Amino acid sequence: MSEPSERRVRVPRCGEARVWEKGVGPPLCFLGGLRGLPRWPAFLDRLAERRRVIAPSLPGFPGAAGHDVLDDVADWVVAAQDLCEAAGAAGADFVGASAGATLAAEIAAFSRESVRRLALIAPYGLFDEREPVADVFALRKDEVARTLCAEPATYESFLAKPDGVDEIEWQVTLLRAEEAAARLLWPTGDLGLARRLHRIVAPTLLVWGSQDRVLPASYAKRFASGLGGLVQVRSVEGAGHMAELDAPEAVADAVLEFLR
Amino acid sequence: MKLLWFHLMPYTRLPEDFAQRHASVWVDIDSRLFDPAQAHGMYNEFMDELEYAAEQGFDGVCVNEHHQNGYGLMPSPNLIAASLARRTRDAAIVVMGNSLALYNPPTRVAEEMAMLDCISGGRLVAGFPVGTPMDTCFAYGQNPSQLRQRYHEAHDLIVKAWTTPEPFVWNGRFHKLRYVNVWPRPVQKPHPPIWIPGGGSIETWRWCAEQDYVYSYLSYFGYKLGRATMRGFWKEMERLGKEPNPYRAGFLQFVGVAESRAEAMELYREPAEYFYGRCLHVDARYAAPPGYSSEATVRARVQSQVVQAAQRASSGQQTTAGQRFEDIVEQGYVIIGSPDEVAEQLRAVATELRVGQLMLLLQFGNMDRQLTLHNTELFAKQVAPQLRDLWDDRWENRWWPRPLPASERSRPAEVARA
Repeated sequence: MSEPSERRVRVPRCGEARVWEKGVGPPLCFLGGLRGLPRWPAFLDRLAERRRVIAPSLPGFPGAAGHDVLDDVADWVVAAQDLCEAAGAAGADFVGASAGATLAAEIAAFSRESVRRLALIAPYGLFDEREPVADVFALRKDEVARTLCAEPATYESFLAKPDGVDEIEWQVTLLRAEEAAARLLWPTGDLGLARRLHRIVAPTLLVWGSQDRVLPASYAKRFASGLGGLVQVRSVEGAGHMAELDAPEAVADAVLEFLR
Repeated sequence: MKLLWFHLMPYTRLPEDFAQRHASVWVDIDSRLFDPAQAHGMYNEFMDELEYAAEQGFDGVCVNEHHQNGYGLMPSPNLIAASLARRTRDAAIVVMGNSLALYNPPTRVAEEMAMLDCISGGRLVAGFPVGTPMDTCFAYGQNPSQLRQRYHEAHDLIVKAWTTPEPFVWNGRFHKLRYVNVWPRPVQKPHPPIWIPGGGSIETWRWCAEQDYVYSYLSYFGYKLGRATMRGFWKEMERLGKEPNPYRAGFLQFVGVAESRAEAMELYREPAEYFYGRCLHVDARYAAPPGYSSEATVRARVQSQVVQAAQRASSGQQTTAGQRFEDIVEQGYVIIGSPDEVAEQLRAVATELRVGQLMLLLQFGNMDRQLTLHNTELFAKQVAPQLRDLWDDRWENRWWPRPLPASERSRPAEVARA
């Protein structure tokens, strides 16, 4: 696994954001999940074998500033669009995970021309009281890894401090990512996307880990029934909420096949 | 020194095995444990106790705000304060908080506190806490990442509403109001003294200094653990060039007075073990929502007391549950002894921590009315006289209410009966 190239772009109001890029082929924009991208994961390497993967950091997530000026869905969507345009990903295929998948879906709803096709891995954005989304912001320390990933060690190594990085700054970076996710999703993750789902006409793949302990698999059906375009649902056996970490090859292959 | 009598209003009938059988005293506490008929008695006794404290000559009576909490039966402290405004004569009515971000629009706080100030004839202290994560983010669903931004806007709006004579437009980030013009207005000008109950965050200290407000450290863990925080506070005041006036600082201390230390050990054991064993049994999952602590605070690893307690629980360290009274006393959570012993300890504590506004918890846990009144009376008659003179030779309390002259204040009239 080689490192991606790195550049910085400016997002109006928010500040600088890191953009990672790797691979050749048609562009594919990836928006990360509840912790953003503290490191380049195997999942993106697999995608980069066939696509030019552009991974811009959303405000507040590792590599990017400015979540604290974003107060509502409109602010977040505008910032995400500004970011993706600055990263050169406008009109690309979009892949998102969890919190990032919500914003990918919102961009597709607000701005149909910005997104060619969509692959959403366990997207937030809907809420059903009969089958509530787990509260990832109210977990005891020892519950976090096993709630977010099927394999806790996978989660731990994704967040492990890279060599040469200051311990306190690394902790602050990870906590800031949690805060950014909370700022977007608190308290239920329901951003009103249900009222906009019909606007999403881009062909959409929904990927769900069979062991998702955050968003019950039934949410795939809720999304699928509301989306305005062609929809496919893929369940990934044995993967948790962060399916792209638990099963990088299976999820990447499903995405690549759908976007072929 | 000012001596203030503080009530948390704990529910006094949590079962003995509460900490073993239930996950949390806060947020998702089992509502089947709540008996409204019992609460009827508790509220009335607690209000009797506050009134008794005022009658006994305490300088102020304090109430505070908690939500979905088994040790705090005051989601609305303003309701209790309204009753106290009528039933007390001279004591300051210290509302140690309305958590500002929870009120929409925040002018509600400006209105209710102005009402309290008018009813009491200008005896109100306006406490503005941010509020704990349990109260604000979980019970009231506030976004932890926006909480402080909303708090500061609410603060600015309330102070402006109290001090601007003309109607004005508030086109804020979170609140848009075309006509702000609160009616009634507070008796005290420009507004009632503002006290900020806080944990140990540096920003809060700086903000209190900047605004010239009282900083109150409401610790349940006594003077020994409070030392580091108060030392940090005074160091920051010094750095900012603020005079070290002890009346800038409030501090809360649990106290049990008896004829002797041995008797105090006997009398206060059960209520203290009840409080530390059952009332502070907070589920760690609610202690630290992301964004609640500012980045600077996270960096400095200074966190609020409740969070620390909950984190001790989450990391498997010793919680306060199951602690014996001997340890509770040894750690300084509760100061006990004969009146002279308590006075000596409190004088030393107030001096060391440089506290001018000393808040006493003389009812805690499941302490019954009889013992509470006994504790209160012993304190008022035999401890307070040994403490009152502290600081007054050198420092002016610029943060105390300025009521109407006693001769101009109304008294509740006997209602004519048919």
